[in-house]
Amino acid sequence: SSREHKLNFKKSKEVCLSYIQDAMLQKQWKRAAEFLTFYIESLEKDFSTEYMGPSEMIWRIGTEILCHHSHSSMKEFNSFIEQMKTLGVKRYLKVCLEHAFHLLCNGLIDEAYQNLSLAESWRFGEQTVIQDKEMKLIQAYRGLLDYYSWSKQRNILLEHGHDGFEDLSVEQEMHSCFRKAAVNLKEIIKIPGVWDLFVKCYVDLLEFYGDHNEARQVLNEYAYNSKFPANPNAHVYLYQFLKRHGESKKSLISALKILHDIVPSHELMIDFNTMLQKSKKRKKRRLGLEVIFAALDYAGWKENVKAWNCLARQVKQIIISEKHLDWIKQEWNSRKDWWPAFHFSRYLAKRNWQENESLSYEKALVAGILLGKDCKYFKYISHQGCKAQVKRFRILKKFVNKHNPVYLRIS
Amino acid sequence: DFNERCAQCSEVNWGLTDGGRFYCRSCHNVTERTREVANTDFISNTRIQTISKDLRKQEKTDGGCEWYVCEGFQLVLKKQAEALEALGVCPQMKDEILCNFWRRYLQKSKQAYCNRPAGETVKALSVCDSSTDVDSESERPSLLHLLSLSESEGDLQTDCSFASSTSKISESTSVCSGSVDGSMYLMKNQKEKLRMTMPMTLSFCYMALLWLREPMTLSDLLRFVVEGHIPYLNVFQHFPEKMKLCGLDLKIFCVESWPVYEEVYNKMLELAAFLDLPRFPDITDSCFLHPDMLCMKYLMEANLPDELHNWTCRVVKKICIGEADFLTLVPGNKSTRKVKYDVLAVAVIVVVLKLLFLLDDHYEWLLSDFAEERNKNNKEGGPYFEFKKWYKVIKCSLDVEQKKLDEERAKYLWRCEKPLFYSAQKKSKVLKRRQIVVNLQNQFGKLSGSVQPAEKPNPSSFQLSWSEENTDGSCFHGHSLKGILQEKCGLLTAVNPDYWLCTVKLCTEKLCGHLAHYREVDFPQSYHFVLRLFSFLLRIQPSYIHDEVCVIEHKLFNKKLCKKPKYNICLRK
Repeated sequence: SSREHKLNFKKSKEVCLSYIQDAMLQKQWKRAAEFLTFYIESLEKDFSTEYMGPSEMIWRIGTEILCHHSHSSMKEFNSFIEQMKTLGVKRYLKVCLEHAFHLLCNGLIDEAYQNLSLAESWRFGEQTVIQDKEMKLIQAYRGLLDYYSWSKQRNILLEHGHDGFEDLSVEQEMHSCFRKAAVNLKEIIKIPGVWDLFVKCYVDLLEFYGDHNEARQVLNEYAYNSKFPANPNAHVYLYQFLKRHGESKKSLISALKILHDIVPSHELMIDFNTMLQKSKKRKKRRLGLEVIFAALDYAGWKENVKAWNCLARQVKQIIISEKHLDWIKQEWNSRKDWWPAFHFSRYLAKRNWQENESLSYEKALVAGILLGKDCKYFKYISHQGCKAQVKRFRILKKFVNKHNPVYLRIS
Repeated sequence: DFNERCAQCSEVNWGLTDGGRFYCRSCHNVTERTREVANTDFISNTRIQTISKDLRKQEKTDGGCEWYVCEGFQLVLKKQAEALEALGVCPQMKDEILCNFWRRYLQKSKQAYCNRPAGETVKALSVCDSSTDVDSESERPSLLHLLSLSESEGDLQTDCSFASSTSKISESTSVCSGSVDGSMYLMKNQKEKLRMTMPMTLSFCYMALLWLREPMTLSDLLRFVVEGHIPYLNVFQHFPEKMKLCGLDLKIFCVESWPVYEEVYNKMLELAAFLDLPRFPDITDSCFLHPDMLCMKYLMEANLPDELHNWTCRVVKKICIGEADFLTLVPGNKSTRKVKYDVLAVAVIVVVLKLLFLLDDHYEWLLSDFAEERNKNNKEGGPYFEFKKWYKVIKCSLDVEQKKLDEERAKYLWRCEKPLFYSAQKKSKVLKRRQIVVNLQNQFGKLSGSVQPAEKPNPSSFQLSWSEENTDGSCFHGHSLKGILQEKCGLLTAVNPDYWLCTVKLCTEKLCGHLAHYREVDFPQSYHFVLRLFSFLLRIQPSYIHDEVCVIEHKLFNKKLCKKPKYNICLRK
């Protein structure tokens, strides 16, 4: 019926919006701006029943256009955002925050700081309470900028050493920045969330002023508090901190254990395996084997010489000691179906030999043990290596041949 | 006549207010004596503006005056009539016909020219003040209630921020409108009195045009409205300063949707009946609105051969739709189906195309190939009409024009410079918003690049034009239909022996509102293309035209249908 296609205000603005969308997707900024001009009068109608009203649309679309349009300047952008701030009180802090991000992206750090400070002082009845989260973020980012100033001043001090009187004012300012930063950073990391950058900065501050206890507590909280989302970085930071402060292997290992559980392919798995291999405890050594096998399950590690070296070393050690062959068997069990094609194909043998002799050496050792001396990989590599008269390959060949029966027990 | 002396100044110098009461011209004292209006001879050219000063409380605090809703509409009609005159309609339309129709309406709906005009009994409600005189508040409906009443009309999306900004408007706030009777207007039971609306102003205009048999169809009229040649959207900005609009007036006078053909047309019929109008002047075959004339026009516009006109005339004659009795409007006569001249004409053309080309997605292309072959050897005379060529040319133009139209619709600006607000409280907020809007429009307007502001297209009856002077052969008017015709018993008939009916049985309009149901997928693409073309020209939905095509087909093949009611969608002619 004709009513279905009645063209009214709402429908024509919907159509207008779709033109804007198309233009933006095709990066036709002039055209997008043109249609936006016609969309803007939607502000004078109320769309409170809609999920996203025109004022929010215009804010988001306008921001995109102004970011990309060749004729737009930062000044224009700022004036636009100021208008956006007046349009929606429920969104005020969000707009302020994103404005600050934009300024930061454009290197206008001071302006960003001013904006954040201004926003921090905003009060609007019950809205202030409703927008509490945004307020916290604003304070946190301001704290971050305070940290940034602090670290600049610290660097100045470190460069010049502790001589000269002019450093006194720098030092005082530095301390004041520290105080401001610390307060805000501490607040935000209390809330469950992902605050990597804030945590790092806060810990940096604490360490500088020697408050290691607080730092350790913060990192522990961040890593182990179950209310916080699982975050591999939290464990990394904790590990790095413990390492910096010369903590025991035991605590280092315990820090990395969870990381292994969450991200078995993490780059720190090499360190982890190295520590575990050397441990006197059987359980730890067992874990080490598990860790290194798990890491090599991932494509990103296929050509990592160090990783293969870790595995080769450990496997070799086990073979020689003739103890705990069942460990290898256990690990190999779930991998014997796919590792040969994944790591030890003839094609890879050729490639590895061509590109990276050390890699092929380590891999050949592992292949020889796990798949026997007659496997494609080992045969090819050892043949090439011996042909090239590289000493270690001859040794390798001998070793694998000697221990070949082991393979039969493993498979 | 009234000959008493005036109670105030003792003069005998009486005039009549539009309320029908006597007032003294010397001292403006208004009496209670009314003059019965017995006949319908109207004093020409009087306007409601000339109400005596006494009845109005002038010089209100905001410089406004009292005004009634019907005065507003009168102004609207006046503007529209002036615009139509500027488009070439004869001045009689404005000065005589429309005027009289309007006055008759006022009388019939008891808004003026009668004993007790409904408006006068209404207490003058406070205008735009938030002064809450809470007396007799039980009689006054709440603002919210009234706003929700007319929501179904869809004329104005309820502005929640204005109406339901919850805590701000309490139930006891006096109903606000700039006009005196705004709230009553929305409350009235419209069944009895045919309440005036903005779309109805166009019904008035069309009715007047029809009475004068002016060469403007309803689709033309509505197109001119959308193109901005006839005031409709934001016409209230032409109201005089002292007629303040606010509150419920906005619901009445602000439109936020384009007039719909069906709605305007049906209202016109209702109106004609309501006004007890007699049979309209006859539509004869020399009138523009006669199918023979309109078919010629649309054939030209659709770039079809002139020779097709013979065929449209034949169809028109065969089913007797060229008769004055069929074409002329007789208000109130419910037995006859009312004629939509433009839709009828294009439907006839569609039927003719189906007769000659079948339009089943096969035959027309076949014929076209034949014609192409013959054209190779055809050196003298005009070329044979090739459906394929025509299709390509038209499709190209249609796509371009449709795309333009779609973009124009997306770029439509609905707001005008005169800001509107529901109440004085909202005024500052509205003005602030407006300022922001203007700023943003400027800012992004500059970033639009060197885009020329769309100029209003010159009003023209033809949207597509083709000239035979074009050397690229894109004009088909002079092409010949020889290729697809044959002679039989001295008559030219179509080579095509078949025909398919759009529908075997017509629906009952009363039940589902339509005579047929059109779905694009159910019909050949060529048929859909042809519908799309005329749908674009008339700015109506294809289903509309399809309905009419069905009716014509049923008339045309009536006998055959009666014989074999069940089968044969495809008939032999």
